[in-house]
Amino acid sequence: MTKPLVARTENLNNLHLSQGVRDSLPIILGIIPFGITCGLMGITTGLTQAETILMSVLVFAGASQFVSMTMLGAGITEWSIIVFTTLLVNLRHIIMGASLAPYMMKLPLPLQAVLSFGLVDESYALTANRIYKDGYSAYYQLGASAALYLSWILSTVIGVMMGGYLARCLEWGLDFAMIATFLVLLIPRLVDRISIVVCALSGIIAVVGALYLPGKWYIIVACLLASVVGSIMERRNKGEN
Amino acid sequence: MRTEIILIIIGMAVVTFLTRFGCLLVFRQTGMPAFLTGWLRHVPTAILTALILPSLLLPKGYLDLSLQNHYLLAGILASLVAYKSRNILATVGVGIMVMFSLHWAGQWELLPF
Repeated sequence: MTKPLVARTENLNNLHLSQGVRDSLPIILGIIPFGITCGLMGITTGLTQAETILMSVLVFAGASQFVSMTMLGAGITEWSIIVFTTLLVNLRHIIMGASLAPYMMKLPLPLQAVLSFGLVDESYALTANRIYKDGYSAYYQLGASAALYLSWILSTVIGVMMGGYLARCLEWGLDFAMIATFLVLLIPRLVDRISIVVCALSGIIAVVGALYLPGKWYIIVACLLASVVGSIMERRNKGEN
Repeated sequence: MRTEIILIIIGMAVVTFLTRFGCLLVFRQTGMPAFLTGWLRHVPTAILTALILPSLLLPKGYLDLSLQNHYLLAGILASLVAYKSRNILATVGVGIMVMFSLHWAGQWELLPF
């Protein structure tokens, strides 16, 4: 009697896995130009082809890879400065990791480690949206992360091999695919007053922060302040009822 | 491959992994406190907004509320499609098409602005 049950769970896991892959396809459209740019940038800032690809394989963090390549290109080769900058650029992932922690804590440790490695803005957005709609699935997250990871590496390889003329794709706005995907994930969440306030507040802080704060700090500041205000409003609402 | 570059890449990989794995390690034993769960419910909305809005309003690093800002125009249309359809492919398709047509029209100086 146990065998069919096991088979059924396996089928379900495979289903979630392929759902994750499928949902990440539009986002991959947006990642490809970034990966190609990353590959191009690597070789133009003096990294070898192998070094550029290795960075995409091991680090898998677009923004911080761009920043570190720019620094290397400018002649800053000090280990501590580049690594610390990477840490700052990636601090926002602590918030994302914390937000998924209640679901991921129940998983076996190696799976937690693998999923954490693949936790980027895009896989987080997809996973959070899936939780919101159908509940958490580790296999969904795995499918989405794997698809994003492989396309990141492949597009870096393409960028490394191609000449400079492909950089124009970004100017043409293919990177808009990613923004559009985030819009589909965000807009259905704006169903009550508190989420609209959180969204408005985060937007204002992010725009002002992007103008006046260095690097990617605006994401962390906007996210922290707006979400804290949201939770305070929610607690106050509950107190009144 | 040069050793100092490999070391930089490994350092970057380690800190990146730690930021993504850190929270799980910290809360593994204790579980998540209730106030944190309440707060984190609003994190996705806040973080998505913080990722989207600056890309739409300041694609070149400065605030651009003009009609020349293709991201803003495409963003407004894509938001409408997202609101009506809630469909990823429709939204991405319309957004990219708007971006490409605006770029194409701009190149041929077909736009009055």
